[in-house]
Amino acid sequence: MIQRDIQIDESGRLRHFLTTEGVKRQLLTEILDHAENFTAVGNRSIKKVPLLRGSTIANLFFEPSTRTRTTFELAAKRLSADVLNININSSATTKGESLLDMLRNLEAMHCDMFIVRHAQSGAAHFIARHVAPHIRVINAGDGSHAHPTQAMLDMFTIRRHKGAFADLRIAIVGDIMHSRVARSQIHALTTLGVQEVRVIGPQTLLPRKVENLGVHVYHDLPAGLADVDVIIMLRLQRERMTGALIPSEREYFELYGLTPEKLAFAKPDAIVMHPGPINRGVEISSEVADGPQSVILEQVSNGIAIRMAIMSIIMGNRFGDMGEQS
Amino acid sequence: MSELDVTGLLGEISSRLKHYLQQRRIDKPLMIGIHTGGVWIAQRLHHDLKLEDPLGTLNIAFYRDDFTRIGVHPQVKPSRLPVTVENRHIILVDDVLQTGRTVRAALNEIFDYGRPASVALVVLVDRSGRELPIEPTITGMHLELDANQQIKLEGPEPFRLVRLEREIPAIKP
Repeated sequence: MIQRDIQIDESGRLRHFLTTEGVKRQLLTEILDHAENFTAVGNRSIKKVPLLRGSTIANLFFEPSTRTRTTFELAAKRLSADVLNININSSATTKGESLLDMLRNLEAMHCDMFIVRHAQSGAAHFIARHVAPHIRVINAGDGSHAHPTQAMLDMFTIRRHKGAFADLRIAIVGDIMHSRVARSQIHALTTLGVQEVRVIGPQTLLPRKVENLGVHVYHDLPAGLADVDVIIMLRLQRERMTGALIPSEREYFELYGLTPEKLAFAKPDAIVMHPGPINRGVEISSEVADGPQSVILEQVSNGIAIRMAIMSIIMGNRFGDMGEQS
Repeated sequence: MSELDVTGLLGEISSRLKHYLQQRRIDKPLMIGIHTGGVWIAQRLHHDLKLEDPLGTLNIAFYRDDFTRIGVHPQVKPSRLPVTVENRHIILVDDVLQTGRTVRAALNEIFDYGRPASVALVVLVDRSGRELPIEPTITGMHLELDANQQIKLEGPEPFRLVRLEREIPAIKP
């Protein structure tokens, strides 16, 4: 159902950004390079550049989110775009308006870009296929499918700390099954050519045939952490679980929670990441989350620069198209 | 056109810049180069004038006025202004001044960092083709060139000013 190349235009550039799967290394690297420059903008007293002045970006959040929505909003505002935040739960869909009717209305308001967060996998692709040709779509998380901008901000954080990707061993720990973040990270990491990606978790929280994505599977945390450069902890997504996948949060923490003792199995300079929101005492202890190896808050700051980069690349490609036509 | 003596031009610019600063009683200017050629020139001038504050660099990609026509530019290094521009006398340096659009973008970016006391513009080559009312304070040389002629600084070791002829693309209606 999901048409993979809908996000790439005829010239091989990004039209939408829906998934990291199938995106060439050169495009991923281009995003990271641009983000590097946008980081500098965030450190100035006036944190705004005029690139998207006059553009209108609509945040369509069908599922609650604070961090992702806020960083998208800040990123758009720092590019001088106008931002609409549409909280769908309290909006027209509850009055019976169909999604497509809502999209037509937003198009009629001359929006240029939709940022879409939805509990259903494939929602952003669906919207991208049905919008007017000039509208660009960025996936801000769809079900358990993809969260490409989160994956890219994680790649950016890794690159800033570790430099080249080729020699890195990276462990993704926890609830891989429900994690759109993990899927997008695995695709990006393998495309960027890291030495090894490991997934660590109980059988019940790993998708079937996860090895097919090119990762090594571990069920034992200390064994999986041996010699890794980067540890990515995932939130236990209780809201997406049906049935008893773990015995109890306490037992989960015993086995898979990252504590200073467990962290000691990784390389001494390993960094600890988490896409947030963190559950202290469930997947990570406070000592580690707030410790010297944690880069969790840096990930949040990097999220703004990476989203500025992705939005400006995509809008720039669109302007390029229109320029050729006129 | 024969090779131009860039090093000689730079020496001349240095002494005129010193004179300018003395005349204006500016003893601590802040020098900023525009990527990439302007930074090369600025590094040389910064060294010659023995300036205390580190050299600032500007990447004006986010301020260009052609974004809506051609999108984001391939990236060079990010802007780096290590010292505040607030109330400072700024020497803005670029290699070639033609339309004036790059300088317009650079001024906009500088003002997003603060309010300088003054800005002087130093360019190696001032060539014909201005589209904005922007004039250099100090110029290495002036060249009258046709629209299809381009002048480009290669460097930094050694500096070379190269003149290219290019075909003008047909203007689409």
